[in-house]
Amino acid sequence: MTGTSASGVEEKELLDRLRRGDADAFESLVRETTPRLLAVTRRLLRSEEDAQDAVQEAFLSAFRSLERFQGDALLSTWLHRIAVNAALMRLRSRRRKPEESLEDLLPRFLEDGHHEKTPAPWRENLDVALESRELRAQIREAIDGLPDAYRNILMLRDIEELDTAEVAEILGISAGAVKTRLHRARMALRTQLDPTMRAEAS
Amino acid sequence: MVDFLMAYLEGELPESERASFEVHLQICPPCVVYLETYQEAVRLGKSLCRDDSDALPDDVPEGLVEAILAARSRSA
Repeated sequence: MTGTSASGVEEKELLDRLRRGDADAFESLVRETTPRLLAVTRRLLRSEEDAQDAVQEAFLSAFRSLERFQGDALLSTWLHRIAVNAALMRLRSRRRKPEESLEDLLPRFLEDGHHEKTPAPWRENLDVALESRELRAQIREAIDGLPDAYRNILMLRDIEELDTAEVAEILGISAGAVKTRLHRARMALRTQLDPTMRAEAS
Repeated sequence: MVDFLMAYLEGELPESERASFEVHLQICPPCVVYLETYQEAVRLGKSLCRDDSDALPDDVPEGLVEAILAARSRSA
């Protein structure tokens, strides 16, 4: 099982052992935490090689700063954040696409304030539909199709579940900018999904 | 309008504007549909990636674990 079930005492013991340089403690931490961290970096990077490299970087950077870890968050939460950071560093250096505008994916309105294209309801029971691999691939593709700046915020806020302040700190932008970009990213995701999710399309 | 919707969704509209938008929602099904499908898009994105992570735990690449431990003992 993972660290979520560890009591505060176990957590403190583990931390003490790590700080003493106990090799077994490092090994069990790495074995227990790697699957979840790898899930995070795979989601963000979409490349197995990069995802594994980012996990390795995350652990090494965590080990270097063990002394500075205050214990005000769980070790697993702290590692999660470091892994997100490591993945973002790689994304930045990769520059998948030039900075693009999101405008085409935002809803358009007429001068009287009405939608230019009348929104239509989506299918019922999308929860059942979600079990289809194909639909999930479509959603994944829609998220990946967003410009990086928006995709990353959507991933960090809605999927990695970091809060606004954490995302602002990691990306070096204001909390207001995080909120604005998140909403725009969600609106764009809605636009991307709309053709396949419409009730009349099914 | 995009900014207006954002402010509404964040609960940041001034009270009078929020109230009049809600009156508008009573008579404008397309706006209601838009807000519903927006929430649905958010929910779909969120649920998708939780599914992905559920599938992972038995998948620990041994080579990666060893590389991390080896790099640690080199730097220790």
